[in-house]
Amino acid sequence: MATFSPTIRVPQTGQDGGGTNPPVRGGGGDGGRGDGYPDYGQRLRRVRLGLAIGLTSVTMIFVSLTSAYIVRRGLPTYDDRTGTYTQDWIPVQLPLALLLINTVLLAASSVTAELARRQITRQAALAPVTSIPGVSLGRESGVPWLAVTVVLGMGFLTGQWLAWRELADRGFYLATSASSSFVYLLTATHGMHLLGGVLVLLYAATVSLLNRPVEGRRIVVDVTAWYWHFMFVLWIGIFALMWFVR
Amino acid sequence: MGLALLVIIWLITFFSTYFFVAQTWWLPHGAAKAAAFIDGQFALTYVLMGIVFVAAQGALGWLVWKYRAEASNGPVEYSHGNTKLELIWTTLTAILFIGLNLMGSHVWASERFEPAGPGSVPVEVTGMQFAWYFRYPGADGKFGRTEPKLMDPSAGNEAALGVDTTDPASKDDVVTGTMYLPVNRQVDLTLRAVDVIHSFFVPSFRFKQDAVPGLAIHMHFTPTEIGDYEIACAELCGLGHYKMHGMVHVVSQEDFDKWLAAREAEKQ
Amino acid sequence: MVAQDAHAHAGPQGFIRKYVFSLDHKVIGIQYYFLALAAVFVGMFLSLLMRIHMIWPTAILPIVGEIKPETYLQLLTMHGTIMVFFVLTTAPQSGFGNYFLPIQIGAPDMAFPVLNMLSFWTTFVAFIVMLAAFFAVGGAPLHGWTGYAPLSALTNSGPGEQLGADLWITSIAIFCIASLMGALNFITTVLDLRAKGMTMMRMPLTCWAWLITAILGLLAFGVLLSAGILLLLDRNLGTSFYVPLVVVNGQVMGHKGGSPLLWQHLFWFFGHPEVYIAILPGMGVASQLLSTFARKPIFGYKAMVYAIMAIGILGFVVWGHHMFMSGMSPYSAFAFSIMTMAIGVPSAIKTFNWLGTLYKAKIRFQTPMLYAIGFVSLFVSGGLSGPFLAQPVLDIPLHDTAFVVGHFHLIMGVAAIFGMFAGTYYWFPKMFGRMMNESLGRIHFVITLIGTYCIFMPMHYLGMAGQPRRYSQFTELAYLQHLMPLNRFITYAAIITIAAQLIFVINLFWSMFKGPKASDNPWEATTLEWTTATPPPHDNFGGHTPVVYHGPYEYSVPGAPKDYVMQTDPAGVTTH
Repeated sequence: MATFSPTIRVPQTGQDGGGTNPPVRGGGGDGGRGDGYPDYGQRLRRVRLGLAIGLTSVTMIFVSLTSAYIVRRGLPTYDDRTGTYTQDWIPVQLPLALLLINTVLLAASSVTAELARRQITRQAALAPVTSIPGVSLGRESGVPWLAVTVVLGMGFLTGQWLAWRELADRGFYLATSASSSFVYLLTATHGMHLLGGVLVLLYAATVSLLNRPVEGRRIVVDVTAWYWHFMFVLWIGIFALMWFVR
Repeated sequence: MGLALLVIIWLITFFSTYFFVAQTWWLPHGAAKAAAFIDGQFALTYVLMGIVFVAAQGALGWLVWKYRAEASNGPVEYSHGNTKLELIWTTLTAILFIGLNLMGSHVWASERFEPAGPGSVPVEVTGMQFAWYFRYPGADGKFGRTEPKLMDPSAGNEAALGVDTTDPASKDDVVTGTMYLPVNRQVDLTLRAVDVIHSFFVPSFRFKQDAVPGLAIHMHFTPTEIGDYEIACAELCGLGHYKMHGMVHVVSQEDFDKWLAAREAEKQ
Repeated sequence: MVAQDAHAHAGPQGFIRKYVFSLDHKVIGIQYYFLALAAVFVGMFLSLLMRIHMIWPTAILPIVGEIKPETYLQLLTMHGTIMVFFVLTTAPQSGFGNYFLPIQIGAPDMAFPVLNMLSFWTTFVAFIVMLAAFFAVGGAPLHGWTGYAPLSALTNSGPGEQLGADLWITSIAIFCIASLMGALNFITTVLDLRAKGMTMMRMPLTCWAWLITAILGLLAFGVLLSAGILLLLDRNLGTSFYVPLVVVNGQVMGHKGGSPLLWQHLFWFFGHPEVYIAILPGMGVASQLLSTFARKPIFGYKAMVYAIMAIGILGFVVWGHHMFMSGMSPYSAFAFSIMTMAIGVPSAIKTFNWLGTLYKAKIRFQTPMLYAIGFVSLFVSGGLSGPFLAQPVLDIPLHDTAFVVGHFHLIMGVAAIFGMFAGTYYWFPKMFGRMMNESLGRIHFVITLIGTYCIFMPMHYLGMAGQPRRYSQFTELAYLQHLMPLNRFITYAAIITIAAQLIFVINLFWSMFKGPKASDNPWEATTLEWTTATPPPHDNFGGHTPVVYHGPYEYSVPGAPKDYVMQTDPAGVTTH
């Protein structure tokens, strides 16, 4: 309907980057199949992108707690009595063995989370094939990696709870010292985030019983697995801080 | 509407600038050594920012009038900008702002990077909800110990600070509710707070510093004129913040010595 | 949590799905906007009471009764908190951004519609919790919106510092989580949902502003959340993050070794980016409107983009300028001061470019443009008092005085609000299918512009004269008495200006139902929201996906048939 003379050109000054031809982008919701089949590949990329962005904010929470920890550790306190500044940081006696066991549990759960992620990725990739009537791939190897991850994750959290009990037995409560406050705070914050991950994995595990499409479930498991790996790396960071900067 | 905008913007600019230039409400008379430097830097800043203010608002008003659609100017200039112009005004702005800052920085350095010199008058200022207390160390030049458990504001000035009377250094400490200072001598101030953050602000001295619990902050200034100067608390400290004021009396050295001696005598 | 498909469908029916728990970004945007509108009326009412009390401290007001000094501080705290969080962080970003970001980039919705809905309702819960503080035993907290410890960390430091303060912190923590959800959504949407041809450098400056604002929020709100958690622990579980050994009213408290400065560092690390969160969307709107109504491309689009980015990045390294007097190291103060002056440079660039946009233009003065012009004027005024405060030596006399109050109100309390007004008058036709009344808009603009200058410009004089802030009354200091006439003038100006906001409210609601019907593109603008129906259909573009051929500010293109070329106009494309 353009009555526009084709000799008019919009000058290429500044703004429109690479010429007036629009770059090739997947427009529309389908994955190129054109039959309205939802583009799970696009959705997966989008949710992964969202996770990466969201984890930046979680990182900032732990960065701020870490910097508060480091600053507080080095901060002297003014002592009225002597009129001088003295260091008053009391290192916490961490239950090292217990924490190491918990770390191994979490590492193992990261491995199983990754196995679960790959397992469901295969299932999702083969879903179009298996939906063809009469086609079957036989029984899958069947190890419920997702459930194992949940168990290991709960094991870690239980172990953290036991570590807290041990700390209390050693006389370190939340308000005992600045160092103990930080130890409880860091482990609790990490634990809460991990528990959130456990709950999402439980959701992914149970929802499979409701016959939701596997491609959709795959997105949930995939993103949660990446979240889980992040939680593991974060734990290493927290543990290293509490131990080497005690 | 273009004309109306020009008039409104220019009038606002005029009145705002007028009251700055006329100094109708202004910084109080400066009575400390730092005041000259600070007031000079203030004047420089406000002249430069004032020029930018008038120029920018003036340009805004003029542009919206001159290029109103009803006016018969030429065709609209279809332009996406001018990189050279951008670079020029960016550079000039950077030089102006950062240069201004660097010029004032030597004053900041002299105020805050150096401790008080020898021969300065030591005074400890303590803020608590909602009063200021001033402690002079007496002949031994040392402040005695204070003990939080001994704090009892209802039992007099020394008790308010929790001065530990068993400490020999505190025997000659004098605690008052008003501050006396000798003129033209540097004051070695130690700022403390007992409960929440307060701020020791004497407008005439161009002096302000937060008093933070858990810290003993050292500052210095030199009053240069005899007179009485009000102290205002400048950090929200609770419901009595507005009435947490005090008074600094700057007197001659003799009067200061007499006053201090009288306070020492009262203690006996 | 999964993105919607981009083909046309009618959307959910049923009142709850359609208007309450809607997943449609347009409904959610309107929900945020009205939340902010409710909040701004609460906030304005609080400030009215404050201004009246400042000049008539012993007055007994109708309904409210007597305002005691602690009540004044409670009003002050809640005024600041509600305005900063529930108005300035909500309407420009979550309100207009939610509604128009997807449309302006050619997307059918936000990346995560369910998350979007959750982020609104979480914000709503945060607001309710905040309001609940008024009704807690002891009332709302009195520690200021900045909540400095130990005042905010001790339950016996003043009235309102028990349950009220806990509710305040909890509300802010909930708000942080809601904001982080929103930021995630905005960033993913810009990165992943742009239509064909909508390159980053073809996005309207409003979208750039919403993107950078979201990144600021993403990185800053987590730190506030940490700060708030530490504060809750200090208050309720006996930790000593912020509280050293203190004695309150003769009682030795059980804390030891904490650092009040830690709170300030954490708070301002968030707090400074927060004020840029409050102003950047307004800058985006100003750029958009100045170009549209001047019928001229924005001067220096690329420079504008880089300036927004520079403001965003530098905004993270200047927080110490709130702490020059705090007892912080004077060397750090010097470093922060240089960075603060540096951040004035991109702000100046933006101002020059706005002026450059008006040069040799053809300016139309409909109400949105009036507010955009007002924004520039106010930004200049509010911005130029910054270089005073950025120099530590000058901060000595000016810190914690009315000068600071004037500075941040001109920028946040007026310029940013003008950005919101501008956005409202501009986008109202698209949102509601009707035009707002021009005459009422004009009257509202003139009274508000003059009125706000009368309120906040004099505060600079008061601050120079040494009037401290957060004083409930000025009766105790002799050197303040000569300032009372000016304080009275400000209060009268405030009463008139606040009353004039009724004009806006009447215009808004009347026009929603009775305003003249709007065409699809009443301002003859070029960006994508003006290509679609009014109001836009559920998936924004009625089934087809837009394709973008031009930048966002192609006005007065030589040789074009009209004085604007829409971004989606294929005509004018050369084939090569």
